[in-house]
Amino acid sequence: MHLHKYEKIWLVFGTVCLIAFLSIVGVNAFAHDHTPAGGIHTIDPEKVRETAPFNEPGVKQLDDDTYQAAIVASAFAYDGGETLEVPVGKEIIFKITSTDVVHSFTIDNTNVNMMVVPGQVTTKAYTFKEPGTYLIICNEYCGTGHHFMYTEIEVTE
Amino acid sequence: MLPAGERKLALWNMGVAYTAFLIGTLAGLLQVFIRNDALELPAWLDYYQILTAHGVLLALIFTTFFIFAFFISGMSKSIGAFGPKVLLWNWIGFLVMLAGTILATVMIVIGEASVLYTFYAPLMANPWYYVGLALFVIGSWIMGFALVGHYMKWRKVNRGELSPLFAFMTVTTIVLWVIACLGVVATVLFQYIPWAFGWVDTINVELSRTLFWYFGHPLVYFWLLPAYMAWYTVVPKILGVPVFSDSLARLAFILFILFSIPVGFHHQLMEPGISDFWKFLQVVLTFMVILPSLMTAFSMFANFERAGRKNGGKGLFGWFTKLPWKDLRFTSIFIAMAFFIPGGAGGIINASFQLNEIVHNTLWIVGHFHITVGTPVAMTFMGLTYWLIPYLTGRKFSNTMKKLGFIQIGLWSVGMLLMSTAQHILGLLGAPRRTAYSGYNGHESALEWFDGILTNHVTMAVGGSILFLSAMLLLYIVIMSAFVSPKAVEPHEFVEFPLAESDKRATPKILENWWLWIGIAFLLIIIAYAIPIAQMIQHAPPGSRGFITW
Repeated sequence: MHLHKYEKIWLVFGTVCLIAFLSIVGVNAFAHDHTPAGGIHTIDPEKVRETAPFNEPGVKQLDDDTYQAAIVASAFAYDGGETLEVPVGKEIIFKITSTDVVHSFTIDNTNVNMMVVPGQVTTKAYTFKEPGTYLIICNEYCGTGHHFMYTEIEVTE
Repeated sequence: MLPAGERKLALWNMGVAYTAFLIGTLAGLLQVFIRNDALELPAWLDYYQILTAHGVLLALIFTTFFIFAFFISGMSKSIGAFGPKVLLWNWIGFLVMLAGTILATVMIVIGEASVLYTFYAPLMANPWYYVGLALFVIGSWIMGFALVGHYMKWRKVNRGELSPLFAFMTVTTIVLWVIACLGVVATVLFQYIPWAFGWVDTINVELSRTLFWYFGHPLVYFWLLPAYMAWYTVVPKILGVPVFSDSLARLAFILFILFSIPVGFHHQLMEPGISDFWKFLQVVLTFMVILPSLMTAFSMFANFERAGRKNGGKGLFGWFTKLPWKDLRFTSIFIAMAFFIPGGAGGIINASFQLNEIVHNTLWIVGHFHITVGTPVAMTFMGLTYWLIPYLTGRKFSNTMKKLGFIQIGLWSVGMLLMSTAQHILGLLGAPRRTAYSGYNGHESALEWFDGILTNHVTMAVGGSILFLSAMLLLYIVIMSAFVSPKAVEPHEFVEFPLAESDKRATPKILENWWLWIGIAFLLIIIAYAIPIAQMIQHAPPGSRGFITW
């Protein structure tokens, strides 16, 4: 196959770019443990309210440095217990599932951006750096009330 | 001029495409004004209904019918007139596709299917919506197979020869489409239809999402490859140069078959049910399309430089000013390509394992596909429309039409630039997509999103209105060249189908060994999908019943 000289240079350039991009993404993922929301735990979507930890939604301290926030999403609201309040600088493990359709749990100004799929539990660990009130929105279409589906999380000192 | 049978067939496809375009862009216009609070819909019409119509009619119906009009014309032009069987099967496919389109559109209009074109189980639309979409896919297969049949006949007559570039690329695109559709056909036939008709009680949501995205990503390449075909085969002719490299063009297309399908997980990076390893593997495969994309960019600019130098361009960039800027056919496609540069770069960001967290389901994504599908693809199709319809109808394309055409693409560029730039920035700030309002009860953070010079509620609406104006101008040109413009009489008045010469003497024969490439494609698909899908079936949670939340 005939390839022009410049064509070869360009293909080498493209391949080097590709390797560079993938190395950055890979090192970030597996050396710095930076992976997006996920998890492979399943749950009966009809029995969410009877299954731990969603039988008692809300924030729970696991040890000195870790907290767990269990949240139930349904059309068109989040149930995270009385109020969602977490400390700054501690690792918060969010666990969330849905009792009906697909939603999301997206905390504005952070990289917590989790899809919520019925029958599955999504998990994401995040440490807030700044105290304040953060807006949480559903950014996956879930029906007529989709644009009213939001809540807040209080991050305290 | 093409035989009457092909012309009629292509024109009917074009007619359906532009009817869908009319309704789809109207739905788009309504959306920007609803978000802007400038418009309130009547009680019987809902924002998400309009959103579904906008997506289905523009992204699926307009593109597919237009693509087949282009394929039919180009196949007849490059490898000869269709036989009666090829014509008949094309008509059958067309009618099945049309029936499916009408059925699905009716379901959307009567409010029975506000599930967007990505379905979103366990939202449950009227079962006939899914039947409509299934018919649409089946119809496209019938047309596709009819064209492949025409191609096979050519191969039989011209044994041992490489087929013309246009035909090769058409077959590549159809192969990609058929393999990609297997996912959506599986989920619609075996999951959605039995569930929506009530034959089974529940649906495996994660599996349905995975099968959909197996199709959903190559779908964008099904739109893009016909645009690439025009860039590779039509643009050089307009520039007056041969195809830069026949083998490079074919290799790029083969790489698209291999690397556009086993990559659907990059749309599901933020969701549970798939382990990190499989997500990452598909991110790697997704990134492989960088290679054929860069190859295409190289060929295009190589052509531009050669043509510019031929016309007397001097110095490092002198050739740039010598390009045929006054030729509407060229300028429209050039702008389309220019939009694809930020579009492609944005795509790399979306597919990145971690960066996706920042942009997933924000307005950034909406901005992204408006400068990929909405401009490089759509504007290439517009550039083709200007000459393809007069070519098919045998009418003149007058100077007035040319001027209107320049205004049309100018408006489209400005509108898209305003709208998509605003959407990209809004998305980075965190504003969500697919919402009728983004006020969240006047929440402070939500107000901040819309506080910028570009990122306010007005910019998107202004952009959207300019786009709609441009769309109406285009429809005027379409109607004029289809029905009104005077018939061409003198030989120089006839519009031509510009198809560049392609020197295939140095092209390796192995590039046209379909079974080899299809085999490798399936191998990659099995590597990327077999284990995670098996896990989704074996490790499935109890299924979900249907919900109607609109």
